[in-house]
Amino acid sequence: MKNFDYIRPTTIPDALAAAAEPGSAYLAGGTNLLDLMKGGVTSPDRVVDISRLPELNRIERLADGGLRIGALVRNADLAHDPEFARSYPAVAEALLSGASAQLRNAATVGGNLLQRTRCSYFYDTASACNKREPGAGCDALGGENRLHAVLGWSDACIATHPSDFCVPLVALDAVVEIEGKKGRRHVTLEEFHRLPGQTPQRENGLEPGDLIVGVRLPAEAASFSANARYLKVRERTSYAFAVVSAAAALVVEGGKIRQARLALGGVAAKPWRARSAEAVLLGADADETSFVRAADAALADASPSGDNAFKIELTRRIVVRALMSALAGTPGRLPALPASPFSSIPGVRHDA
Amino acid sequence: MTSLPLTLTINGHRHELEVDPRVTLLDLLRERLELTGTKKGCDRGQCGACTVLVDGKRINSCLALAVSHDGAKVLTIEGVSHGEDLHPVQAAFIAHDGFQCGFCTPGQIMSTLGLIAEAQAGDDPERIREGMSGNLCRCAAYGGIVEAVLEAQEQLAKADRRTAA
Repeated sequence: MKNFDYIRPTTIPDALAAAAEPGSAYLAGGTNLLDLMKGGVTSPDRVVDISRLPELNRIERLADGGLRIGALVRNADLAHDPEFARSYPAVAEALLSGASAQLRNAATVGGNLLQRTRCSYFYDTASACNKREPGAGCDALGGENRLHAVLGWSDACIATHPSDFCVPLVALDAVVEIEGKKGRRHVTLEEFHRLPGQTPQRENGLEPGDLIVGVRLPAEAASFSANARYLKVRERTSYAFAVVSAAAALVVEGGKIRQARLALGGVAAKPWRARSAEAVLLGADADETSFVRAADAALADASPSGDNAFKIELTRRIVVRALMSALAGTPGRLPALPASPFSSIPGVRHDA
Repeated sequence: MTSLPLTLTINGHRHELEVDPRVTLLDLLRERLELTGTKKGCDRGQCGACTVLVDGKRINSCLALAVSHDGAKVLTIEGVSHGEDLHPVQAAFIAHDGFQCGFCTPGQIMSTLGLIAEAQAGDDPERIREGMSGNLCRCAAYGGIVEAVLEAQEQLAKADRRTAA
């Protein structure tokens, strides 16, 4: 690991000032940053340790009925907060389907949004990667790419965003609170992450030195609590990134869908809000026929970026299954294997 | 080379140290303090061999900068037994053959202590398997590990009831 200066500011303004120097990186849980630094993928000159900044580790209910989650709240603490899990069950399920218990005890809310792709060519410094080294080319194109993107990719980058947490968050209209040189600003999570285009190194809307201080969920996000699920296909039962995943949330009255939210994970460089599918669902009968039409709409623009055409059909099926699971109702207790499609759900076909 | 001051309480003993900021908690334990019970497997947060408790919570010590944990209380496998008396989790791993080569065992035991303290899995073997999925065992002693966790949990609950009575 390259040598670096270590700074531990005690206030947010001090943190911003410390990170204003080029070559700075914020350190919170460190579960992704240290891994990247050990591999030589990221080599900051200065590490600004924000892990003890006060006021960023709280979960606060807002006067307007929304919720504010401090950027330093640990994944495990958030997922196991009883009121949070009751109000936003798909978010809790996504959190608990990610990584391991040890990593969830360390990893933070802000860090989850900023985690880097798990594309193996990005991690391998001997490979060409436009994200790691702009203009170098992309060895994933034409390489081992069966797990790469099927939506929103470009010829410069076919990497996916690995987060589970962000998938239900983007479905529920989460907003990112950012503190920067010009003060505090709010950006929707949907706008926060960027598609690669020709600048895959620009992964999000942060400017140098900007600090994520929190994530907000609007009041409306809790209205889906009775019918919300996250489903995730992995290559092993637990402790693996998504091959594909889906967060589905419904409000159903008299057999009709009154509100619908759908987002996909593991398919693009950002957590993918499937708005065209939501439009299909709105006002439709709450049944499998509608869900299949929604899945077709969600994947209408999908195309393989390599040996990954199977992910399109797999995503279609996981969308239908996630919607069927949401319709069946949020379980009273999370299944033993959160988000696992191997947990049987009454009334849901195993291959749907 | 800059060294930074660092105070840690490890297995009940206070250590005042000077460390390079690049040193992970894992390397500090093994290389500086000769607490080699905590193992370095992958060194990338993928295997769980380096699991320790920091302020009561299980984490991967390979993905923790030591300086970032200034002031913390750390429990490693060396601090688990009471003198010569094995901790119930250690005894249960032996009783149930919860290991073969033993390399992952310190991490498995520290993770078990974390899991029991979290109190999320109960006595459901499937929830225990899921809760322990961050600790890989190349010998595949998983069957014995789950039995050991169940047994240790029961023994600790009994001991708690005796204390309360």
